[in-house]
Amino acid sequence: MKLDKVTRGQQIEIVKIPDVNIRAQAIRLGIGEGAKLTCSEKLPAGPIILQNRMQEIAIGRRLAESIEVKAV
Amino acid sequence: MSCHNPASTIEVAEGSKKIVLVGNPNVGKSVFFNALTGVYVDVSNFPGTTVDISHGKYKEDLILDTPGVYGVSSFNDEERVARDVILYGDIILNVVDALHLERDLFLTQQIIDMGKPVIVALNMMDDVERNGRKINIDMLSQKLGVTVIPTVAVKGKGIDEVKKALNNAKKGNRLSIVEENIHKVINSVDEESEALLVLEEDENIQKRHDAKFNETLRETIYSSRRKYIDEIVTEVVTEDMQKASFKTKLGRWMVQPITGIPILLFVLYIMYQAVGVFVAQTVVGITEEVIMGTYYYDFIVNLLGKFVTEENFIGQLVIGEFGLFTMTPVYLLGLLLPLVAGFYFFLSLMEDSGYLPRIATLVDKMLTYLGLNGRAVIPMILGFGCVTMATITTRLLGSKRERFIATMLLGLAIPCSAQLGVIVGLIAPLGAKYLMIYVVTIFTVFVLTGTLLNKVMPGKSTDLLIDLPPLRIPQLSNVLRKTYSKSLAFMKEAAPLFALGAAIITIMQFTGVLDSVISVFAPITEGFLKLDPRVAQAFVMGIIRRDFGAAGLDSLASAGIITGAQVVVALVAITLFVPCIAAIIVVFKERSWQESVIIWVGSFIMAFLTAGILAQIII
Repeated sequence: MKLDKVTRGQQIEIVKIPDVNIRAQAIRLGIGEGAKLTCSEKLPAGPIILQNRMQEIAIGRRLAESIEVKAV
Repeated sequence: MSCHNPASTIEVAEGSKKIVLVGNPNVGKSVFFNALTGVYVDVSNFPGTTVDISHGKYKEDLILDTPGVYGVSSFNDEERVARDVILYGDIILNVVDALHLERDLFLTQQIIDMGKPVIVALNMMDDVERNGRKINIDMLSQKLGVTVIPTVAVKGKGIDEVKKALNNAKKGNRLSIVEENIHKVINSVDEESEALLVLEEDENIQKRHDAKFNETLRETIYSSRRKYIDEIVTEVVTEDMQKASFKTKLGRWMVQPITGIPILLFVLYIMYQAVGVFVAQTVVGITEEVIMGTYYYDFIVNLLGKFVTEENFIGQLVIGEFGLFTMTPVYLLGLLLPLVAGFYFFLSLMEDSGYLPRIATLVDKMLTYLGLNGRAVIPMILGFGCVTMATITTRLLGSKRERFIATMLLGLAIPCSAQLGVIVGLIAPLGAKYLMIYVVTIFTVFVLTGTLLNKVMPGKSTDLLIDLPPLRIPQLSNVLRKTYSKSLAFMKEAAPLFALGAAIITIMQFTGVLDSVISVFAPITEGFLKLDPRVAQAFVMGIIRRDFGAAGLDSLASAGIITGAQVVVALVAITLFVPCIAAIIVVFKERSWQESVIIWVGSFIMAFLTAGILAQIII
């Protein structure tokens, strides 16, 4: 499943981030491959917000379409 | 040796140590900086960036501040500057947001992996308690292998302990993967810290030392660091997630369109009242007209009038209508400075409170249609202050494509505050209908241009990937400090441009070029735009200063020479029309000349075309 298909409140694990630069930045922000997160917000056709404890990251919709995740 | 390093431009006395403050954005670094250095602070701009480094003295040592970053590498200007300062620091004071350990400790561990002596200030401990978290500080300190001191910097708690600990900073526990590999590259670099970045495939550092490392370790190191940090956090933090605070809820409301858009409109309205009305009218009325326009002007004209006469070219250049010592400083200090400071004040407030990344998230969807992402909201907001200032900040956008689109939109469709004041004054008496026509026209041009550029321009824009920090009440002292240093940096950068612009205009006027430009525009203005030919003069004046153009219209309108509909057409033309000469110069400076010509000529054509079409409809 791609990240843009998650629903609000769903628990997911990041499986694959194809872009190498995004991947490195994502690891630093704590949303790298293997990270388990909650989708805390999903804006209509807009960014998806992932949460890990107190940490929140907003991800643009097009980028979300490229990120492979699985429900946990 | 630090001969390769731009950070070495800051002088260090012999025998004194370089203590570098490092942390993620908005963790309270500057509070520590102020506590350590007191009032004597220098700000240095890094060549080729908008990034400033503050530095000052603590006892015998030099304290350097760095921009907030999430890690040390070369993803953007801030990181490159922070990287260079950190690499050659002697002691690192790492400020960590205690509420955000999983994010912040990545940077901490990276600095430890560099082999730098580190002190960790675990800041904002009061937030930790408020959110029902507990942190085992002894265990954290033991895991990292460095001293960890709990602090609440804004209340002065823990600062003395940090000061005392600075001299006992020690190297922490490196990741095993770093330990295993670092000796392979250590001989190709000058500093141990650089070796880590070579392992992490940092192109700049590899190039600097011609140090190639054939394994691709960046991701392996990043992943194991992430894993290691997550493990530490799980062990040292115990939490009670039941306490979802009001701030968390407010944070949600800010990004959900239904609540977020009204909140944004409300904030922009406050900003308009404060900057657009209070600063642009009341404050500027005093600074531009009284202080600079009268006292300063009389003083300088009397003084320099003894040496030059306004009759000849030199006199015109120095104290003429657009003189280097008359219009330039009056405009820069009287008008621009208060407006720019006002805008930076609000921007800093939004940044420090954590609101700015939430606005970026809220508007991301709309901006992606224009080939931009949510981050572009920063130059767009600043554009309403000063297009020149906003064009400089397009540097923070992720790709050349985005920088071009943003620059074009700024130059074309965003009226700066200098102009906005006069526009509002002209349009308000005409009633709601004309106001709507004006707003809808400009907005349509803005959206159409962005959409079109996004369609035709090659390449791909970058996507939003942004950290949403917890909402906090900003520290006024910090906001003021940021406002000061950003305004100062802008004035330093913009002053020569405005001076150059003024000189060009004086030359054009003295040689008669200005008049011939006006006479070229006059027929188009009269025929296509259905306006009085005298309006052409206002258009050309708008190049010199955008508010001059609008002000020129004001006198024509009040003399009854142009009607309400004509005022709207002229205002549309003058808004879309090329930005002021300083903004044009800055566009040429920031973009390639081909791009700049496209922007310049493009906005020209767009302005007359749009105004012409509008004229056919409403006049």
